[in-house]
This record gives sequence, structure tokens and C-alpha cells, in this order.
Amino acid sequence: MAVLDLKTKLAILSDAAKYDASCASSGGAKRDSLGGRGVGSVDGGMGICHAYAPDGRCISLLKLLLTNFCVYDCAYCVNRVSSNTARARFAVDEVVDLTLGFYKRNYIEGLFLSSGIIRNADYTMEEMVRVARSLREVHDFRGYIHLKVIPEASPALVNQAALYADRVSINIELPKDESLARLAPEKDIAGIKKAMGAMRLGVEAGREKGRKARPPKFAPAGQSTQLIVGADEASDGAILKRSAGLYGAYHLKRVYYSAFSPIPDSTARLPLARPPLMREHRLYQADGLMRFYGFDRAEIVGEDEDLDLAIDPKLAWALKHRGDFPLDLNTAERERMLRVPGLGVRSVERMLGLRRFKALTLEDVRRLTRGVAKLKPFIVTADWSPGALTDKADLRERVTPTQMDLF
Amino acid sequence: MPTIRLASETDFAGWRDAARGLRARGVPPEAAIWTVDAADLFSPHPEGEGDHPKGGGGGSPDDAEQRGSPSTAFRGPPPPTGEEKPLFTVPREFVELADAVILHRSDERFSLLYRLLWRLGREPNLMRIVTDPDVAKARAFAKAVSLAEHKMKAFVRFRLVTGAKDAAAPDPKTYVAWFEPAHRVTEATAPFFARRFANMRFSILTPDVCAHWDMRALAFTPGADPADAPGEDSLEDYWRTYYAAIFNPARLKIGAMQKEMPKRYWRNLPEVALIPELIAKAEARTTAMVGQAPSTPSRRVVRAVQRAARDAPYDGLAPTTLEAIAAGLQMCRRCDLYKDATQGVAGEGAAHARLMFVGEQPGDQEDLAGRPFVGPAGQMFDRALAEAGVPRDQAYVTNAVKHFKHELRGKRRLHKTPATGEVTACRGWLDAERRIVRPRVIVALGATAALSVFGKPTAVAKLRGQALQLPDQAQGLVTFHPAYLLRLPDPNARAEAYGQFVEDLALAWKLAA
Repeated sequence: MAVLDLKTKLAILSDAAKYDASCASSGGAKRDSLGGRGVGSVDGGMGICHAYAPDGRCISLLKLLLTNFCVYDCAYCVNRVSSNTARARFAVDEVVDLTLGFYKRNYIEGLFLSSGIIRNADYTMEEMVRVARSLREVHDFRGYIHLKVIPEASPALVNQAALYADRVSINIELPKDESLARLAPEKDIAGIKKAMGAMRLGVEAGREKGRKARPPKFAPAGQSTQLIVGADEASDGAILKRSAGLYGAYHLKRVYYSAFSPIPDSTARLPLARPPLMREHRLYQADGLMRFYGFDRAEIVGEDEDLDLAIDPKLAWALKHRGDFPLDLNTAERERMLRVPGLGVRSVERMLGLRRFKALTLEDVRRLTRGVAKLKPFIVTADWSPGALTDKADLRERVTPTQMDLF
Repeated sequence: MPTIRLASETDFAGWRDAARGLRARGVPPEAAIWTVDAADLFSPHPEGEGDHPKGGGGGSPDDAEQRGSPSTAFRGPPPPTGEEKPLFTVPREFVELADAVILHRSDERFSLLYRLLWRLGREPNLMRIVTDPDVAKARAFAKAVSLAEHKMKAFVRFRLVTGAKDAAAPDPKTYVAWFEPAHRVTEATAPFFARRFANMRFSILTPDVCAHWDMRALAFTPGADPADAPGEDSLEDYWRTYYAAIFNPARLKIGAMQKEMPKRYWRNLPEVALIPELIAKAEARTTAMVGQAPSTPSRRVVRAVQRAARDAPYDGLAPTTLEAIAAGLQMCRRCDLYKDATQGVAGEGAAHARLMFVGEQPGDQEDLAGRPFVGPAGQMFDRALAEAGVPRDQAYVTNAVKHFKHELRGKRRLHKTPATGEVTACRGWLDAERRIVRPRVIVALGATAALSVFGKPTAVAKLRGQALQLPDQAQGLVTFHPAYLLRLPDPNARAEAYGQFVEDLALAWKLAA
């Protein structure tokens, strides 16, 4: 095989990495490079997006595969063994140098390294750990590192990965076990779950207080996963049920949803139609309702149902529960205010702060939200009551944007 | 009408001194005119020179944390009159807000802040009325400033300059950036770069002011010109390669990109030159991908896959070793509990123990760890074993049901008692463990375990404390499940039950001896 130059490898191995939606650099342990030998800092809370691609996605990390050679044959993946895509492999030092070079020019927050499986799980995981170890120990790099964990790798290697990384992730990809067996025959859901369970125990032990010897930071930004939407027949309800289970069992920081996107060199085992990007958007909204708004999955969508593409899931819920509305924003509890369509967590917090000093009016609500037109049927303020509007038969049409957002 | 001349565009101390005097003299907001001394655009910065990033310069992030009191005495450096005591106090929110608002480019900012200060005299809660037009505008200014700081952290692009090596500079590398911030945030944001690139010499040049880091301290010099910055960097080509490759043409969202990366920043971003071409070709690339017939894998690959399937280990025989049970549990589909559980949890302990404990099912922690009795109930069990003088490592500890049955309540998994059908489905595994370990005594912990061990419902409270004959030559005992002891609300009842529990464990150990 011809020897590839570094730029060609970079093109192949970042192109191969782009189907991973995660690029977050948030939640790492706060640190900086003062007093160290190298560069890098993590601010703790919010991550930084250094650029945006025309697909609207944030570019925060240098997202690479160590190699796109792979012995697995996952139908949805452009790097499956049976694909005829161009192949490349980075040397450990090449990834390290690119990361440091990009970081010093302020292009990135850090590295997100994944890999195809070569030889076996342990060998591949070990190569990835070598990159992270070189960055951390040889170069004292204190920026963000996200490592993809290979669930079949030995626990000792996975452990090492988590000690160097801020975040680790294992992608489940397909929401249903049956489709995983059909489309990704080498992936083993039981192994993935076990690795995620071990990871949660490690993260929790790392955070345990009151221990004499504080254990080293173990993936301080936690773990995440990704589910592909539209590559199998799983309904939105089934997808969200899977997510709710993952949040509950493994305390994942995030579940990413990625609308199945056409890949070059695809296989006959996959649907050709791609799902609307709006479906992915609605799933993120529903996921947010479960994580921040106190909704249970079953309240949002039944197990075999899909979300309404035309309206957001909170509005859909409110339209089905009109008896709970209108809600008086001057007296209601926080939990109930969070269920008003159009009110976000921050708007609610601000209203709670403001109403200690004055009675909320429609004008206050207008200044604290993105617009009152959609809210009016559901709220009561000092100077507004919707009267019969809440129960009008055509309420859905009244509060639905006339033109659907085109995604 | 008084005209106040401030030393610079970001002269917060000057504004504060003047505003305090004006309010004390009763000058209403509409009567004061604020200007910046144009002749002295770059007066020496009172806090700028030699400013260490952790030392707290003008508006460094650490600064805000140091203000501990809920309200701040409105007193800067002592005013010329030499007054000692503060004239009045203002809420801390106001000072924090003013600190940010002053960096906004709007000419209105000084008078807006003075109007707020003036009104605070009559309306002490004014800062909490976030919908008040003046407060809302100031907050919008502060938000714009904070966004400008954030975008500066994101969009500064350094270029490497390698100078001559000499004694003064053993490492001649310097990283230089040209940047045009939306608001006057360079001095406020520079400490972030110093902390991030502590061991890297850098300069950030902007039209307002330039920041320099020599690996020890930050220094600021007057604004510069784009021509003062280097024109290129060899790595930018790699960065553009990355930018083009990471873009997915099948999901074009130009609006989303521009919202987060406004065009005002484009001039100084090396990667954006590619955007028009990426957008133009996106649709054609996607159409080609969708239109392409599915590819046929090479025959070499197909043969390898078939070979692997043929050679896969066959696994369906009744387990004859504990290892085979542990492996077999992971494949068990006799009931639906495997679906939501992490793994089947096999028993653990001495392979030919004389004493076997059977619990109900793994809990949250056991499910994650893959080992029985390691969670809160397990810890209570260990304590009771120790008190009864039973060494856990000489016993075999397992469960009637091997997968964790639970229901989600929000983000928590709550234990759910297994149904009779699930206990029956799992009984084969427990029977196999009993056949292999062959214990003399089996202790069923709680009703579910008793159901499985004795094969019929067994009253725990009534039958505890006595040996019962089992068909396989072993003796059986029933007692409480440790989780039941944890849940008993009445402390007296709990102490009594715990005492009986320890007695039962001791009895079991005696029978097994």
C-alpha cells in the first residue's frame, strides 16, 4: 500500500469520525496550565465551540479515528469491514502532534479519539490509551480528552482510559437489541451494558467524599452514548425508553441522537430513505423534558408511538392536558410552571425571582420569554386571563407556527 | 450641565468616582454628560501592567468570586476630598453588572449606568426587577459583553512566529493573533488565555489594546493594526483540511452555523474561506451518496464472515461448573428481566461451601458490579455476619433471581419484587448452583428466596429460627432479608429483628459446622 501523507490521513480519518454527533467539551474538572510544563485548561461549566461547520454543528474537539480499518461489519457504518472506503491509520505521535499543534493555535478544546477495531479490542484500546498517556504524561496536556471506549476491552485498559480522559463514551447506536443483532452483529449489548455499569461505579468512587486518599479523577465529565435514529424501525417511544433506562442505570451525562445520514458506499441492509432532521430535533426536545423538566417518558410518548413532528413535545402534552391550564404564573409552583409550553427553565427561574417583588404582567412575561402569543392560552397573569381560549377546539392550529421550520 | 471626561473607554474606576460624586451632589441623570478623553486613548492602565492572571486584573473571572458581601460599599480608591466613609451602598448585582456593561461599545453605557445608580437611591430592589426597561437594557449589554468574551475565547486564532534565538529568549517561539472583539473585552479575557497557554509566549493584537504574555505576567500595549500580525501559519492548511472533512454534506444547516459564528468574525478565521464551496457542493455529494447503488463487499470479506459464524462456540449444554453458570446467565432469556438489567449476577464464594445464603435479587449496585450483596443491604449483611461470627468467604452467597428487576422513577431505578413466574424461570440456575456447591445448610433470606429454595410460599416470620428439611439432604432455614431490616421504620422493631437475624445466621453456621 502506498504511504499516505499526514494531510491525506487527516482527511480520511476525520471524515470517518464525523458521524459521531458528540463534540461537547463541557463538564471536565476545572484546571489550567499555570505551574505545569504544557498547555491546556478546562473551565468546568460551559464548553467552547471554536468553529461551526455548514451543517450547523459545533467544532470543539479534534474528532479523529485512530484508524478506520475495522474488523466489525456494522451496516450503518462507513468503516465496516465490508465497505470499500479508503483506509488509513495514524501513528500515535501523529495524533499527539496534531492535537498539540491545533490546540496551541486555539483551534480546539482538545481531542475526541475513536477507532475502528483492529486485531482485537485490547490492542485497539491500548493504542488509544497510548495517545492519551503521551498527551497527559509526556506533554502535560491539560485540555479536554474524550475517549471512545471499546466495551470488549479488558477492564484494566478501560480503567486507564477513564483516568486520562475527561469523558468516555460507548455508542449503542441502535435503540433495539434485535436491530443491533441484525445490523451490528459483532456488537454485544450485554458487554456494552456491563462496561457502562463498571464506568458508573468508577465515576462514583472517584467522586466519593470523605475518603482519606482521594482517588484520581476518573472521567470527571462522565459518560455519554449515541443512538442512530431512522436506521431501524424503532419508534420514538422505544428510543426514549432506551434513553430513560440508560440515564437511570448508568447516569449518562448525555444521550446523543443522530438522524441516520446517508453514507458513501452504503449496504443493502439499510433503508435508503433518510429520516427528517426534525425527528432528531424532537427527540432532543423530549430528552430535555425528561432530564430538566420532570417529565417521565410515558407522559411524553407511548412505547410504540412517534413524536408529533409538527409541534414540540411539551406543547403536544399540554394540548392533551388542558385541564391543568391556564396556570397562574404569580402563584404556581415551579414544577407546574416548567410544564407550560414555551417556558424554559431559565424563564421560570427569572419569573420566580421577579414575582417576589411585583405581580407578573403580560409585559413581564414578554420580556422574559421568546414571545407570548403561544403562551397566552396557557397562562394567567395580573392583567391577563385566557377565558375560553384554553378549551377552544382549534387551539392546536392557533398555537402551531403557520410555517413549519425547515431543517 | 456637568461634563465628565473619563480617562479611557473602559475606565470603570473613573466612572465610579464621578458617578458617586454626582449622586451625592444630587445631579439627576439627564443633567450629566459623559465623554471619553479622546486625546488620551491609551492612558497607563491602573491595573494593567504586570498583571498576573491569578492576581486579579480589571475584570478577570477570579475577581467576581472575591466579592463576598451581599452589598458593596460604593467606595473606590479614596476620592480627592479625602472622605473616609462610604457615601452609600449599592447591591452587589449592580457593581457586577456595571463591571461588564462598561465594556460595551454603546455610547449610552455611562449614562445608562448612572441612571440606574440614581434610581437605586429610591428603588433599592431595582436590580431585581429584571423586566424594568433600564435594567433589561443593562442586562442585555452585559449579556452581549459576556457573549463577546466567549466568542473571543473561541475565535482567536494564533499564528506561530519563530524569531532569532538569543540569550534573552532561549525559546524563540511566539504565537501571535489578530482579533477584532465585538466589545472591549480584550483585557477581561486575556487572563483566560494566560491560564490556558501558561507555558507559551503569545500576543493578542486588537484595534483597542494588545495583550502580551511572557510566561510570567500579562502586559497591555495600545491598539494595533492587522499588518502587525503574521500573515499565515503552516498548520492552517491542516486545520482547513479538518474543517472540510468533518462537515457532513447530508445535513446542511447554514442558518444554525451563522447564528453561532456571526459574519463579523469571519475575516480572521482561516477556515471560513472554504464555506461557499462546501455549501455549493453539498447537495450534489448527498444526491450522489443516496443515488449510489449499495456496494458489494469483496468476496474475501464475505468468506471470512461465514467462517467466523461456523466456528462460533456452541453453547447450550446444562452447566456443570460455576463458571459455566456465570457465563450462561449472560445468555439467559427465560424471562424478560435481562432486557433492562445490566447483567446476570451469579453467586460468589467458596466452591464447596457448607453454608449457602440465597437472597432475593441483585439491586442497583449489584447490577452494575456483577457481584451479589455489595450494595447497602450487602453492607448490613456483612455486619450481621461478622457479629454472628460467620466468615463470608467460607460461605456461598447468591440470589433467587439473577437479574435486577426495577422500575424507573425519574432518574432512579427502584427495586421491584420479582413475580412468581420470574422466580420459577430462574430456579434452574439456583438448582444448578445447589447441585454443584452441595451445601449442608441453605439460608433463604426473605420470602422470595424462601419461595425459590422451598418451592412453595413459606412464612418467614413464623418459620424463622428452626431447621427445615430440604429434599436434597440439605437443611433449610428462613430469615429476614437484610433490605427488610433497612426499611423497618420503627427503631425498636428494627433492633429486635436485627437481633433475631444475627441469631439465625449464628444458628446456620452452627448447623453447617
